[in-house]
Amino acid sequence: MTRITIDPITRIEGHLRIDCEVDGGKVTKAWSSGQMWRGIELILKDRDPRDAWIFTQRICGVCTTVHAITSVRAVENALNLEVPLNAQYIRNMIITAHGVHDHIVHFYHLAALDWVDIVSALKGDPEGASKLGATLSDYKANSIPNIRSVRDKLKTFVDSGNLGVFASGYWGHPAMKLPPDVNLLAATHYIQALEVQRIANKIVTILGSKTPHIQNLAVGGVANAINPDSQSTLTLERLYAIKALIDQLGDFINNAMMNDVAAVGALYADWTKYGAGVTNYLSVPDLPLDTKGTVFELPGGYIPAGDLSKFQAIKSYQDAFFRDGVKEAVKHSWYEYSGTNAALHPFDGQTTPKYDDFHDDGKYSWIKAPTFLDKRAQVGPLANVLGMYAAGHEPTKRHLTKLVEVASKVAGAPIPLSALHSTIGRIAARAVRCAVLHEALQNQWQLLLDNIAKGDTRTFNRPVFPKGEVRGFGYHEAPRGVLSHWVVIKDGKIDNYQCVVPSTWNAGPRDQNDEPGPYEASLIDTPVADANLPLEVLRTVHSFDPCIACAVHMVDAEKRPIVQIKAM
Amino acid sequence: MSILVLGLGNILLSDEGVGVRIVEALDASHDLPDGVELLDGGTSGMDLLDMVADRDCLIVADAVNADGPAGRLIRLENENIRMLFETRFSPHQLGLSDMLAALCLIDKAPRRVVIIGVVPQNLSLGLELSPAAADGRDAAVTMIIDELTRLGVAPTPRLH
Repeated sequence: MTRITIDPITRIEGHLRIDCEVDGGKVTKAWSSGQMWRGIELILKDRDPRDAWIFTQRICGVCTTVHAITSVRAVENALNLEVPLNAQYIRNMIITAHGVHDHIVHFYHLAALDWVDIVSALKGDPEGASKLGATLSDYKANSIPNIRSVRDKLKTFVDSGNLGVFASGYWGHPAMKLPPDVNLLAATHYIQALEVQRIANKIVTILGSKTPHIQNLAVGGVANAINPDSQSTLTLERLYAIKALIDQLGDFINNAMMNDVAAVGALYADWTKYGAGVTNYLSVPDLPLDTKGTVFELPGGYIPAGDLSKFQAIKSYQDAFFRDGVKEAVKHSWYEYSGTNAALHPFDGQTTPKYDDFHDDGKYSWIKAPTFLDKRAQVGPLANVLGMYAAGHEPTKRHLTKLVEVASKVAGAPIPLSALHSTIGRIAARAVRCAVLHEALQNQWQLLLDNIAKGDTRTFNRPVFPKGEVRGFGYHEAPRGVLSHWVVIKDGKIDNYQCVVPSTWNAGPRDQNDEPGPYEASLIDTPVADANLPLEVLRTVHSFDPCIACAVHMVDAEKRPIVQIKAM
Repeated sequence: MSILVLGLGNILLSDEGVGVRIVEALDASHDLPDGVELLDGGTSGMDLLDMVADRDCLIVADAVNADGPAGRLIRLENENIRMLFETRFSPHQLGLSDMLAALCLIDKAPRRVVIIGVVPQNLSLGLELSPAAADGRDAAVTMIIDELTRLGVAPTPRLH
């Protein structure tokens, strides 16, 4: 038996450590450990709840926007404060543009290189790659000169010996299976995606006034006024500039990204058998279409044990099913709860660190272990897409059906929907969600324009804080899944604040009942060809889009090898 | 000439946020000529790509792990920066180096990159800088002003 330790596992953010025991070429036991402690809750105590979002968007460098939005929702919920329609639409556009940006960057710049071999792409033929692209869509940027120029550029990069972003790739690994022309086409879109993600970021910048760290937000709405005629506010001219950016994004998502993901899924069809893990799926509705948060463009809810017929919708910002269902356990986390060993509801949550060493059967992570209805739940695009599908959301059904059709065509055999419960399924669902979000972004743009045309320019309702205690929770279906903030306010000051973040749900350690979390469960039975180069483990972990700066916080910058192997 | 002064760091972790504090201090004390922009980049990586693309010069202010007393200033330019990325100096370098490498791929990397770093003392939870890092912040502001002056775009002290 061999033990593999991978630390840190992410390309860009956070310190996640994964330990696996490998026996007979397969993972038999896994541990997911956050190596940093998070203390945002302590910084927020006794502060003005109207300022909380400014601090929460500093938790993480990737997910600044989502923590800002969720924080104002939590405080508004505590005050029963309605949000003007214009502010909802503007926030919805910020959320969807951010989500599109995040999903494009994840697939191309974080996950794709686990499947696409850049060195093999150099052997690809631009003519062959262009022809292949033409069989999947009429995307104009798949021209032979475009592809040739990308190949030449990659060659210069690789020949210079300065691999940069490509330095940590597992080039030539036996688990890399794509033909050179497919690798070359995907690499071409990798480069194009660098430009495309800038377009999505521009939309967030215009609407949020600044990025990173949006400024155009307030408890009760958004900070900037709308005036169709004034230059200094959100004008019609700016809104039409945004529309042009939205259209450019659509061409890439629908004609390049969806097909790349379908092709990777089809050519790695064996990976639809691995990585299911926890199949209780939790997602929340998002993009509110009224001032109270009772009608949403995108549905969400709970699916127990992968059974879509048992889907239970979460219906409003007041939803008791969601509010009462969430708990966090610390039996295997480096915290202690005073007066109890049981899992705690976030309103009663505590953040008292109790660190010792990494104990396989004891405490081993700075991440808590959240549960829904006392069970582990997987969150993220797969949970969201399955939830929206079960709720009968038409655009989700349409985009998912299209992706499965393209994948079936490339594979030469029909791929069933059940293949989604897998590592590949998480990647496929993220592309589907990206297309759905892009469509929603178009819809929200139209809703905002129509509402302004009616003469409504209201963007803010002033919050009023009562004497005594009020409690609120806010949720958001963020790019990595369900994000919720929980706030207890006493006499206008924050008394308790807890963030239950997507990577806590997925990367959390074993829970109160020693049940493994989604990362841990999904790794069981993953094949490992070479313990020194555990590409397969990374594929499954990366499919969740790990980003745990928010789940925990930073301590370590020592020089250590990233992969350690120990014979046992 | 297009120049970006980029402050990096997590302001929730005391001295870890010194890069952001340097940019804030420069912004509060000086007016900048046309062509020079300041940005509080927090701990972002790829999100900064659009702001960094196509600059003549990128000046990064950040906390760095290096020998020497807390508050010590480090200045690195172009060739030394590759070495910096190989030895994992700053906690933000994964995001920053990925972003700069990505810009090379689309031929939009800044023509010149200067990193001005401060050795931190205290990385624990909190919003305040340690006295040593606060001194480092002030010295870094002076160094950036000198840097900009050499480039012919001297900031003007703001009269209060």
